[in-house]
Amino acid sequence: MKALVWHGKQDIRYDTVPDPEIEDGRDAIIKVTSCAICGSDLHLFHNLMPGMKPGDIVGHETMGEVVEVGKDNKALKKGDRIVVPFTIICGECHQCRKGNFSVCERTNRNKDLGDKVFGHATAGLFGYTHLTGGYSGGQAEYLRVPFADATHIKVPDSMTDEQALFLSDIFPTGWQAAVYCDIEPTDTVAVWGCGPVGQMTIRSAILLGAKQVIAIDRLPERLAMAAAAGAIPINFEEESVIERLNELTNGKGPEKCIDAVGMEAHATSSVDALYDRAKQMTMMETDRPHVLREMMYVCRPGGTLSIPGVYGGVLDKVPFGMVMNKGLTIRTGQTHVNRWADDLVRRIEEGQIDPSFVITHTTGLDEGPGMYRTFEHKQDDCIKVVLKP
Amino acid sequence: MEASTLATARPDKSLTLTDRMARNLGWFSIGLGIAELVAPGKVGRAVGLDGQENVLRAYGVREIGAGVGALSIDPAPFIWSRVAGDLLDLGTLAQGLKGQGEAKRNAAIAIGAVAAITLIDVAVALSLGKERARERGETRDYSDRSGFPSGAAKARGAGRPKEEKKIATRELEVTT
Repeated sequence: MKALVWHGKQDIRYDTVPDPEIEDGRDAIIKVTSCAICGSDLHLFHNLMPGMKPGDIVGHETMGEVVEVGKDNKALKKGDRIVVPFTIICGECHQCRKGNFSVCERTNRNKDLGDKVFGHATAGLFGYTHLTGGYSGGQAEYLRVPFADATHIKVPDSMTDEQALFLSDIFPTGWQAAVYCDIEPTDTVAVWGCGPVGQMTIRSAILLGAKQVIAIDRLPERLAMAAAAGAIPINFEEESVIERLNELTNGKGPEKCIDAVGMEAHATSSVDALYDRAKQMTMMETDRPHVLREMMYVCRPGGTLSIPGVYGGVLDKVPFGMVMNKGLTIRTGQTHVNRWADDLVRRIEEGQIDPSFVITHTTGLDEGPGMYRTFEHKQDDCIKVVLKP
Repeated sequence: MEASTLATARPDKSLTLTDRMARNLGWFSIGLGIAELVAPGKVGRAVGLDGQENVLRAYGVREIGAGVGALSIDPAPFIWSRVAGDLLDLGTLAQGLKGQGEAKRNAAIAIGAVAAITLIDVAVALSLGKERARERGETRDYSDRSGFPSGAAKARGAGRPKEEKKIATRELEVTT
């Protein structure tokens, strides 16, 4: 089959690879009908996440039709149309039973490695380094879904691929980020980053009734898309984020701050941003935590910092004293997709939201490597890429 | 909502010839920098700059810095810094032309080599800028992409549970 294969920094190719096969009774194999490039795929593309190996198939936003089912898998049958959550879950362990699916205790087959690096391993993830199991990703014609009897979201016939695909990651990720804020109708929610996760976060915060939602980015097309939903845009290259946020909150700061940026903040004019770039370039720091610093500074005392943005390792000069003294709450983590999936399917069906709004580019899988570059350089007003194998 | 489809084909490999050239220049820069740092005397004799060891050591540090940058995900500014460094090198090497015999000949050869590399650096830097320019491609209008089928105005709070929504509304009335 054909797949997008990681060969190194900024080097992804459309390669021929062996077809996947059933390896366990709980597995299923799907014929991929749609998959997407995620912002966190760019962290792999930039080789900033440890644990990738040349030859790894990338991609963790995938859906398709079941074409083969393992003998122990009673939940799926051939022909079922499913979205594949990016977190692989067993559905049976202590964490899964608590709904903490992204830290499933059984699905990371490189648990020893995960334990060493993170203290305790997290769940297996599709196409996202050997620290999370080294599973093949879904930017491919076919995908083996391990633990598929638990790791799936069935898609109603009424829903298009474009409406359903983002249940795999960015929609529940944005939703979880907003839910983690315990939004009250008097709240101002500030969202840093208007990429795909940021866009979903903004809409989730609006649906959950925030008084005002503020969108922070530097790209006009992303801010325009955020404003289309009713968010107040701040272009950080044109105005001071701190001053504007204080102005919009009578000097008190937003109650809820959401970091939908993560480890590759693009701030260019601040001293800390230059410091981070220099340290990251010389491999003395893994992440550029400008957004975290800014959130910690501007957040209202007693407020909440919700962090769906991906961080990979060691962060420098994070002012934790602000967090402690202002009594801020931090909530973060990879998304527990299946905790939210049924509810979000219902919301799409009821017409509360149509996640397909975020798609700006649709191409064949063969053009995927080029689309990584288009997405990376924010060319062609690219916000979200869907690939059709 | 209909997704837009691109008219132009994208390549099936993400790494371009320009990227590879930039990386090769990065490794070359690091190699040259190490040579200037650890063996400035030998390098000086080879390019007609005998007795300028300290200058060459400083240039070595510069070359290594530019090389590390050229290997990063954003090599363009570092390739341009190499161009600036090339011009500095040419100016320094020109002093060697004042010498006699072999030193003068070596300086002339070095100037020719640096001039050739300068042209490559300029070509790669320009190409990187062109390939990575955000201006490439269409400008699109996303002002109609609210994502809320019933409209943005009706969406606010529409996702809260009904009972909670009533309570929440009362709270809002009190606090505003």
